[in-house]
Amino acid sequence: MGWIAIRMLTGDRIKFIGLLFGVAFSTLLINQQLTIFVNLLMRGASAANEITTIDIWVMDPVGRTTDVTVPLASTNLERVRGVEGVAWAVPLIRSSATVRTPEGDLEGVQVIGVDDATLIGLPQNVLIGERDDLFNPDTVFIDDVGSRRMFKSTEHALGTRLELNDQRAIISGIVDVNPTFTSTVVLYTRYSNALNYVPGTRNRMSFVLVKADVGISPETLTDRIQNSTGLKARTRQQFANDGVDFIIENTGIPINFGITVVLGFVVGVAIVGLTFNLFVRDNIKQFGALKAIGVTNKKIRDMVATQAALVGFVGYAQGTLLSILFVWGAAAGFDTLKGFYTPWQIPLITAVVVMLMIFVTGRLGLRSVLKMEPAEVFR
Amino acid sequence: MIETVSDGEIARAPPIAPRYFDNAVISIRQIVKEFPLADAANRVLHGIDADIRAGELTFLVGESGSGKTTLISIIAGILFPTTGSVRVFDTDIYALTDGELVRFRLANIGFVFQQYNLLPTLTAAENAAVPLIAAGVERYQAVERGREILGKLNIRDQSDKFPRQLSGGQQQRVAIARALVHQPRLIVCDEPTAALDAASGRRVMDLLREVALSEDRAVIIVTHDNRVFDLADRILVMEDGRIIDDATELPDGR
Repeated sequence: MGWIAIRMLTGDRIKFIGLLFGVAFSTLLINQQLTIFVNLLMRGASAANEITTIDIWVMDPVGRTTDVTVPLASTNLERVRGVEGVAWAVPLIRSSATVRTPEGDLEGVQVIGVDDATLIGLPQNVLIGERDDLFNPDTVFIDDVGSRRMFKSTEHALGTRLELNDQRAIISGIVDVNPTFTSTVVLYTRYSNALNYVPGTRNRMSFVLVKADVGISPETLTDRIQNSTGLKARTRQQFANDGVDFIIENTGIPINFGITVVLGFVVGVAIVGLTFNLFVRDNIKQFGALKAIGVTNKKIRDMVATQAALVGFVGYAQGTLLSILFVWGAAAGFDTLKGFYTPWQIPLITAVVVMLMIFVTGRLGLRSVLKMEPAEVFR
Repeated sequence: MIETVSDGEIARAPPIAPRYFDNAVISIRQIVKEFPLADAANRVLHGIDADIRAGELTFLVGESGSGKTTLISIIAGILFPTTGSVRVFDTDIYALTDGELVRFRLANIGFVFQQYNLLPTLTAAENAAVPLIAAGVERYQAVERGREILGKLNIRDQSDKFPRQLSGGQQQRVAIARALVHQPRLIVCDEPTAALDAASGRRVMDLLREVALSEDRAVIIVTHDNRVFDLADRILVMEDGRIIDDATELPDGR
């Protein structure tokens, strides 16, 4: 009877395509909304995730994220280095500054000063230029998205002379990083240069980046650092999560986007539910005839389940493929969406939602079929 | 119709004494059917007794609301009577469990509906094969058997067409093929010619007579169509939930 169920489903092309479209569109909607939501939240973690060679971020006790912190006295670097279990520790500056372009425009940027000796803190992937170019005097690297925003293209940015805090800065390289939540232009330079580029305050160092000794877990070491220095220490993962939590707690994204995601669910449920439910009800007379002929309720149930499974699977696969292509295309085509991707958990969640929608609506439609007396086909 | 006036009320024709046969294949005894209403029960069949033999084309006729569709549904095992028993081929069908009754229907009863009730997305041969597929016969064998039965009904050349590509008469033949394909011993038909013109209706009824009865089946047909009454071997006339006549032709005036 499974074969008859499939023929009932696929025989009417228009109806079948309508059903598939409904499921695929709902899947696309749910996947896409969840993907954007999650990726926006993940922007809060992008700066922490960018530096993969370290284990621990150390900051002022009131610091919360890469963008929300209070500068530390430079002496704290040595204090952290003195903690047992620290393999090495380097300073990092993250600070806002105003840059003047050759055209005389002013632009707010973020200056990141990385370790003078090792360049730890510089993103791994340098798109144009060499890592060692950063050792040259007055040199900065710019992030690729920022270069396109500030200039016409990355090529236009290279070699451009900027003015930062009355200091000269030459753009000598382009690095590949995901934009932060604030999406400001980011300039990378050596720590000693950054001290000159960032307007002077007594304390400048934003973070101490720490690598744990072999055999020491980052969690253990964070406790040690906190206990012995009084500073706040977070493992890389904890600090990335802090960035996400900060966005959740301090922006309207969860509520605004949450509403959009819920709407996506509701629209999806409505489309899938109504189309599938109507399909089952449309065939109620045929199911009634089958019941009269001698097809058991169990077989009818199996038939509807087969139809639901086929519609659900094909529609879901199409919708997921479309949403992945959409996200991939959007991330490649729009700088603001750079780095967006679909985490594997999202299609899984959507699969559960779509399955649930089809199950519930199929059952609702099935109920009227099962309750139908076979004698009704004679009326 | 015989009507008498008694105490200011119109009395309908009285029920006739039922005819019992030793060779009956269907025996209906004291069938009462009531449908529940909000504050009472609506009795639509009032203790019907009847025997039906194989090899006969039995017509069940009567005005709308006389209870003929309810009676045929009960005989076919798709509507439980309120009281009474129905024996079909020596099986008290309402003593069976639900599952047994469904299996009994599948094995022993063929249905022809007024609106054909063909599956629009299956071809004629596939539609004809549905009871066999439901019974677990392998699909290709079942469809081939469907083709054969369509051949018997002279529409084998339409086997691969969909119902929408067939005329009303051809669709009804497919429905008859579906009713016959699994060789049931009882065929029940509900107004099989109602949606057809006179000529098509006649051909369909001829076919039913020829194909269904040739293998010694019992055929019960609910119909309003007086154009085909002459094909009946027996006509049971119903009125107000009772059988008021049992003859080989309709009484005068009908």
